[in-house]
Amino acid sequence: MSIWKKLVVPATLAALAGSTAIANAATEIHWWHAMGGTNGERVNKIADDFNKSQSEYKVIPTFKGNYTETMTSAIAAFRAKKQPHIVQVFEVGTATMMAAKGAIYPVEDVMKDSGIAFDKSDYLPAVISYYQTPEGDLLSMPFNSSTPVLWYNKDAFKKAGISEVPATWSEMKDASDKLRAAGYKCGFSFGWQSWVMVENFGAWHNIPMGTKENGFAGFDTEFTFNNDAMKKHWTNLANWSKDGTFAYGGRRGDSLPMFINQECGMWMNSSAYYGSIKSQAKFEFGQSMLPYYKDLTDKPQNSIIGGATLWVLKGQDQGDYKGVGEFLKFMSSPEIQAWWHQGTGYVPITKAAYELSKEQGFYNENPGTDTAIKQLSLNTPTPASRGIRFGNFVQIRDVINEEMEAVWSGEKTPEAGLETAVERGNALLRKFEKAN
Amino acid sequence: MLKRVHFSPSALPFLLVFPQIAITLVFFIWPASQALYQSMLVEDAFGLSTQFVWFQNFEELFSDPLYWEAFERTFIFSFLVAFTAMAFALLLAVMADRVIKGSGVYRTLLIWPYAVAPAAAGALWFFMFNPSLGILPYLLSFIGYDWNHKINGNEAMALVILSAAWKQIAYNFLFFLAGLQSIPKSLIEAAAIDGAGPGRRFWTIMFPLLSPTTFFLLVVNVVYAFFETFGIIDALTAGGPANSTQILVYKVYNDGFVGLDLGGSAAQSVVLMAIVVALTIVQFRFIEKKVSYQ
Repeated sequence: MSIWKKLVVPATLAALAGSTAIANAATEIHWWHAMGGTNGERVNKIADDFNKSQSEYKVIPTFKGNYTETMTSAIAAFRAKKQPHIVQVFEVGTATMMAAKGAIYPVEDVMKDSGIAFDKSDYLPAVISYYQTPEGDLLSMPFNSSTPVLWYNKDAFKKAGISEVPATWSEMKDASDKLRAAGYKCGFSFGWQSWVMVENFGAWHNIPMGTKENGFAGFDTEFTFNNDAMKKHWTNLANWSKDGTFAYGGRRGDSLPMFINQECGMWMNSSAYYGSIKSQAKFEFGQSMLPYYKDLTDKPQNSIIGGATLWVLKGQDQGDYKGVGEFLKFMSSPEIQAWWHQGTGYVPITKAAYELSKEQGFYNENPGTDTAIKQLSLNTPTPASRGIRFGNFVQIRDVINEEMEAVWSGEKTPEAGLETAVERGNALLRKFEKAN
Repeated sequence: MLKRVHFSPSALPFLLVFPQIAITLVFFIWPASQALYQSMLVEDAFGLSTQFVWFQNFEELFSDPLYWEAFERTFIFSFLVAFTAMAFALLLAVMADRVIKGSGVYRTLLIWPYAVAPAAAGALWFFMFNPSLGILPYLLSFIGYDWNHKINGNEAMALVILSAAWKQIAYNFLFFLAGLQSIPKSLIEAAAIDGAGPGRRFWTIMFPLLSPTTFFLLVVNVVYAFFETFGIIDALTAGGPANSTQILVYKVYNDGFVGLDLGGSAAQSVVLMAIVVALTIVQFRFIEKKVSYQ
């Protein structure tokens, strides 16, 4: 009895007092994200600025690890009914999120239901088309979108006597030969290879990667990337891997040190490496558009995005969602988006943010930083260049990665690698179709 | 034949075993049954639609050639890790046993790696062997060897075996050293007087007397290689390149937590559980009888 009186009763009272205190304070909005390091600090600043701008809501950002970890922990939290309001999900998770109709609250509905003025046409078509339903409803809020670009070492180019940045794959080969003759270990390397060399390769040459508009028009889609163009490209890369023109350095951004240490003069990967390269490279560098094959197309189409968007999850108090809407609107304002874009290398998601960056003179001071956005909006997206939306794509990307690695090492022929990748990918697509 | 003893029924023994049974129920039987149930489901990631499919996940698993490759790879990996870790540990223990001055320092230094977390150990080896940044590929390049485990599967496998074994050496060393020190000195001295050299003394006296320790360590090391090397593989190679370092337990993680295929992943963990049960039976029924305890 004494323990009861001494501990439990005061604790209960305190809890009650606490809960009434909370009821008077701002409504909490939880935001799980995958931005570590300096980008994480930027995310915190955005939330802070929002919290200071009004007193009704309080956004609490939480870093949950890399993209995969953030997505899986949000899903696990949803299953345990402890989900956050907002979660950042990378573009490969789009189909999984889309299929979870009972779990997600489409952004357009969030805005409509909370009476916030919202105009989709303010956003860049290349970015927004990736996250729309076939009917044109916007499902998630674009936040950090990027696209692969060609990074090059200007000092190395000077040393090797390369006057023009390669625009085609044959020029890539020539430049690589010159770089290697000038003493560099390899011509080029790249990361996120499925994204850069398969998904974007298709869009850039306007060749679909699968049926049903790359999955946008239905789940019963099949892969077709074992086409002649891809075979030719993989064969080239496999030969170049053998003769040293191209050196493989791992998945994601693992090969970045090869570029930073000046082993390879060129590197193809996300425009969002701008911050890292700028702070680490001890040489002049530039960025340019991805190379293309002249015999496949006269001029490239447009590249597709990567990066992540913010998804709103269902299951919270309806009143909270007004706050979510307010925050999403705040976050996509031109000032914040321009600031975010200029610091990170992610593309500005709205036209207004792009215009503002131009006005502020950012592209004049930092030539080449608008490569990504120019490349994304080079032409109006076609069904083959709008993006990809395949179920189980997190796993399928790994399958493609595995097969590519087997081809670069010479363990498999390019044909065999491509055929197996398509076969294994289709099996995963069927599995996804069955589960949803 | 011993006489059978009869106790009058009482609640006490049940009460005494209850905590053990409760723990087993909560931490083993319950999760295991959940895994078994989950392995018969096909489910979307969010758990919004669920289908009961009986043994379909297992059928898919066993008809997947990649799964069988992972099986084979796991056995090779475990054998090599256990062998490497035990052989090195025994060598070091024999040497440390012979040292008289400063033996405490040697022993402490040799035990250190055990305290390193798997992920930290992985990061350490990652930097040492990184093809662009690492010291070892740099040194290897002087003898004309171009190390790149990001593309060469055999090099990647060698790297994970080496780092997994390195972490386990300290533990094995501790047991081998204790085993060696419990061997009566008089036996070895007698053999020395009879003219047996160090090699002969080791193989005919010390090694057979170490057999209980060796057997114990063999079991521990195989279990370690099977189930606890996950962190090292994740940090070093993430199963790549081209699956060459994907062992069973890593595949469970990858398919379940990265690929969100919960049913398939649960089926794999049920298979792993069956392996553990089988290993345990083999260990106690057959192998342990052949080990000579003093």
